[in-house]
Amino acid sequence: MSSRMESAGVRRTLIGVALLYLGLFIFIPLCAIFVHAFSKGVPAYFRAIQDPNTLAAIKLTLLTALIAVPLNLVFGIAAAWAMVKFDFPGKTLLGILIDIPLSVSPVISGLIFVLLFGAQTALGPWLIEHNIRILFAPPAIILATIFVTFPMVARELIPVMKAQGSDEEQAAMTLGASGFLTFWKVTLPNIKWGLFYGVVLCNARAMGEFGAVSVVSGHIRGQTNTLPLHIEILYNEYNFAAAFAVASILAMLALVTLVLKSGIEYRYREEIKATAKTGHAV
Amino acid sequence: MSIEVKKMTKTFGSFKALDRIDLKIATGELVALLGPSGSGKTTLLRIISGLESADEGEVLFHGEDARDQKIKDRNVGFVFQHYALFRHMTVFDNIAFGLQVKPKALRPGKKEISSRVHELLKLIQLEWVADRYPSQLSGGQRQRIALARALAIEPGVLLLDEPFGSLDAKVRKELRQWLRRFHDDLHITTLFVTHDQEEALEVADRIVVMNKGKIEQVGTPEEVYHHPVSAFVLNFLGNVNLFHARVEDGRMTVGEPGAVLQEGSTARAARVYVRPHQMAVERSRPGADAIAATIQFINPAGSVVKIEAKSLSGQLIQVEMTQQEYAFLKLVKGEEVYLTPKDMTFSEYEI
Repeated sequence: MSSRMESAGVRRTLIGVALLYLGLFIFIPLCAIFVHAFSKGVPAYFRAIQDPNTLAAIKLTLLTALIAVPLNLVFGIAAAWAMVKFDFPGKTLLGILIDIPLSVSPVISGLIFVLLFGAQTALGPWLIEHNIRILFAPPAIILATIFVTFPMVARELIPVMKAQGSDEEQAAMTLGASGFLTFWKVTLPNIKWGLFYGVVLCNARAMGEFGAVSVVSGHIRGQTNTLPLHIEILYNEYNFAAAFAVASILAMLALVTLVLKSGIEYRYREEIKATAKTGHAV
Repeated sequence: MSIEVKKMTKTFGSFKALDRIDLKIATGELVALLGPSGSGKTTLLRIISGLESADEGEVLFHGEDARDQKIKDRNVGFVFQHYALFRHMTVFDNIAFGLQVKPKALRPGKKEISSRVHELLKLIQLEWVADRYPSQLSGGQRQRIALARALAIEPGVLLLDEPFGSLDAKVRKELRQWLRRFHDDLHITTLFVTHDQEEALEVADRIVVMNKGKIEQVGTPEEVYHHPVSAFVLNFLGNVNLFHARVEDGRMTVGEPGAVLQEGSTARAARVYVRPHQMAVERSRPGADAIAATIQFINPAGSVVKIEAKSLSGQLIQVEMTQQEYAFLKLVKGEEVYLTPKDMTFSEYEI
């Protein structure tokens, strides 16, 4: 343990700087949201939330997350598994592809779908002819969200799986376990915390994504607005109290996720400690 | 169960890990695969287990080709160097794993599994750790749990990959004696990989010395130590001094290292390998070909006294003598002595 190596002064300064920074850039703005949200009184706050357009935005946001997160959970496990346990040609390329949504501007991520499904493309007229609405409708919003959030789970799992190696899986196989049982009884329990963090991050991003969704949504009130888009519209109409009220919902969704995460972490702290220790410790 | 390996070849890219290996292991034998890193010993073990596949050649268990058998059907107990215990399971669940993943028809009942696990815990003398997690145990304990886990499926063959490699010296010694006794009780065909010659000599019935993907020698510890068939085996199994010698009219003369043969002589140059305990030390020159050397270092701590001396030409020569001999000679550092090989382990002609 190196925590006793630095002097008390260094320790206090570092902790102080970290706390000051967090307070300035996270805590105060977060408080400001709630202060503004309630600036016209509590009844005005609830009126803003119960507005049908707001309710529609909440519904669409939850639907998007509900579809994007499970899909990316499955994809994340598969991609991380492939990256860590196998050697195959094109592995580096897969790694780069997984990172693309993180390095590309969300606006581009949205534009990709406009270029794919728009009326001026090869696919566009066919879609119109068959009355399939993708662009400026929930399907495009969900697709764009999946695109933007797909690295979240994989990126969280790859280092965890790399650190754990495949010794335990090999041991399970020599003990007579099938591929499925090995995954279910050995791999999954070992990666479940990494998976959990990945899902939390993926969910937060899915609910909060603005740029990519904004490009493909078409901003139709009550139909294609997610919470972040709805907030922007309200704000642009100088309806500040309502904008902040809706923003507070989004902030609360994030806070609930984080509280849930910390709660589970606390509840299972012993187990997390045990599984985090690598089997390679001598 | 007997193991037979035939013409096994395995390459990783351009690296030849195994080069047409042939090996037979009889039922109930305890065999060590000994060699430096990169000699192919672990690859051979992993191919026998089914964790790796060979490019060419076959593995036979009890005379039956195992090529089409999946790992899970080979009934092989494998113990990993870093234990590979399931970290999220208790010791009990670790040992029970092999029984719990059996197909329903073959799976023993809960009670039977429990009694089998406790039987194994008793065997490894760790009955009190059943409810602990692997991270709460010491390295030696973990390795014994790993062994118990492998034994739970009643394997026909037990394979151990550097089983004591990551343990400290004292625990390693204890465990290796324990493994020997344990094998004497159970008589399960056992193959273990090691790079520690002392370990192989102490534990195994037979030793397979490997180098660069080939088998150099197979024999009992006595055979490989005292009658090595190559300079590599000799070097790998203990310290050795190399001298250059002349062979003339059936007589060998060990001279100063690097001595040049006279032109027109019928003598042939040879290399002579002499173990440190085969060197004689004297104060006065016993004969013309004794090697004059200065004592550089003396380590009297141990069952034998280890001495390092430097010859006039600068070669470092290692000598071992008994404590009595040392007490009698009263050698001191910096002293000049004369060294003669009393015996030699191996010799070969140069070209």
